[in-house]
This record gives sequence, structure tokens and C-alpha cells, in this order.
Amino acid sequence: MSEAFPGPVTGHVPVLRLGEVLLVTLQGDLHDSTAHQLQEDLAETIARSGATGVVIDISGVEIVDSFLGRVLAEIAAQSSLLAARTVVVGMRPAVAITLVELGLTLPGLRTALSTEVAMELLTRPTPSSRSAGTRQESP
Amino acid sequence: MDTAAGVEARLPIRSDMDLVWVRQHVRQAAAQLGFGLVDQTKLVTAASELARNTLVYGGGGTMETQHLVSGGVRGLRLTFSDEGPGIADLEQALSDGYTSGDGLGMGLGGARRLVHEFAIESSPGAGTIVRVTSWTGRPPGPREES
Repeated sequence: MSEAFPGPVTGHVPVLRLGEVLLVTLQGDLHDSTAHQLQEDLAETIARSGATGVVIDISGVEIVDSFLGRVLAEIAAQSSLLAARTVVVGMRPAVAITLVELGLTLPGLRTALSTEVAMELLTRPTPSSRSAGTRQESP
Repeated sequence: MDTAAGVEARLPIRSDMDLVWVRQHVRQAAAQLGFGLVDQTKLVTAASELARNTLVYGGGGTMETQHLVSGGVRGLRLTFSDEGPGIADLEQALSDGYTSGDGLGMGLGGARRLVHEFAIESSPGAGTIVRVTSWTGRPPGPREES
């Protein structure tokens, strides 16, 4: 009766490469140390591969607390120092509602509703003159 | 009518592995008592923040879950206890962005906003007890808190 919940995820989260973009899919309940490991793995993989984008799919994540929120923000910041842009994809509505109430709005984090949109954002040339970013779309 | 079966428990909080079990237990208990998806998510997130405080600042402790019924409304109460150094200035500890060192800071103030009722007892050297309660419907009676 209690088997419906996925077990805790420990160890390494696989990082896939699609051209210039690294794709990471988070699932279930992430162990703190696994999140830290992912942060390190991503920095190394970006530096080694020269990837220019990172997509993190969190559609399978049931909660984001301040710890995981901070890890996501740090991944985005460190990727940016390594010349890669990060997009977090598929946040569940309940997670977004909870994060705002928690007080964690993660302003530095770029998001997209689907992986397709994220890939499109990342393969488009960098918006260099305008810093307003991804929501800006002139007709 | 055995909706409460498996809800009440006492879990250790000794490692970050235990944080995972705490979240899973609260998720299951809340689902079993009939909390909606958003409320489940809020409760599990609050539990995660508070359990992490117990672990990081309290040096470990326990979480107890309790099934409440009041005025036909079901509630879930979570009690986090540790025997750590305690908190000297509760007011300050509850303010947003306050952290005593590890950069976590969202913990107490954030968790308080995610639940219906929030109570904390602590003093230096005497450990900390945080008790939070949420209800499946409107909280019964007048809401405590200013």
C-alpha cells in the first residue's frame, strides 16, 4: 500500500549530452549528497565538453525545499561562470506555489515549461544587447 | 475507518538519509488523511526545512507525527525535537533570511508560512521543540498567531 513512492535517489544523476546542451532529469526524492554531487559533476562536464547550455528537468520532483532550491540556483550561477546557460524545466504547479510561500523565488533561475522550449531558448543566439532575457519575445 | 493507520510514528533525524524518510512519511501520512496536492507539498516542504534544522542546528533529534480530529476536520501534527544548543533569540531566528551560519536561513520563517499552526519552544542549552499542524479543511476555531 505504500509502494507507490519512488525510493530515495543516491549516487550520481546521469548527465546526457545533446549537441551543445547537457540534459539532466531529476526524479523522486533526492538525497542532499546526490544534489551536491550533481552540482560538481555538471561543472566538470561543462568545462570538459564545452557545452553552452544545461537543461534540468524537475517534472519528476515532488518538492523543492530551500536546500534543493539553493543547489539549482548555484548550478545556474556556476554554469554561467563557465559560459553555459541553465534552464530549469517542468516545475510542478504545487512546487511553484510552495516555493513562493516559502520565500524562495529564485530570481536568477531561468525556467521553461517543456524541454522543447528550453532547447529552443538555449540553441538560439545569446541575447547580448538585451539583458531582460528569456520572456522577452518581440513579435 | 482506519484512515489513521500508519500515520502516527516517531522517526529519527540523524543523517541526510533520514531527511528522505521524513519527507516520504509526511507525504504518505498527508495523502492518507486526505490533504490535497498543494497542501501535501507545503507540508512535506515544511517538514523538510524543519527536519534539516533539527539535523544541522540541533545535532539530530526526532520527528513525531500525530493524527488530529477537530470539528470534523482532520489534521496532521508534526513535532520536531532536538537536544541541541537551543535558540537564544526566537524572534530573530524566525525572521526571514536569518541564518546562524550554514546559509540555509529560509528554514523557520519559511516553514511557518507553509502550515496552519506553528509553535516553538527553545532556550539556550535546553534544545528546541517545533510543533506544526495543518488541517485538511479550514483550521477549526479562531486561528492562533498574531
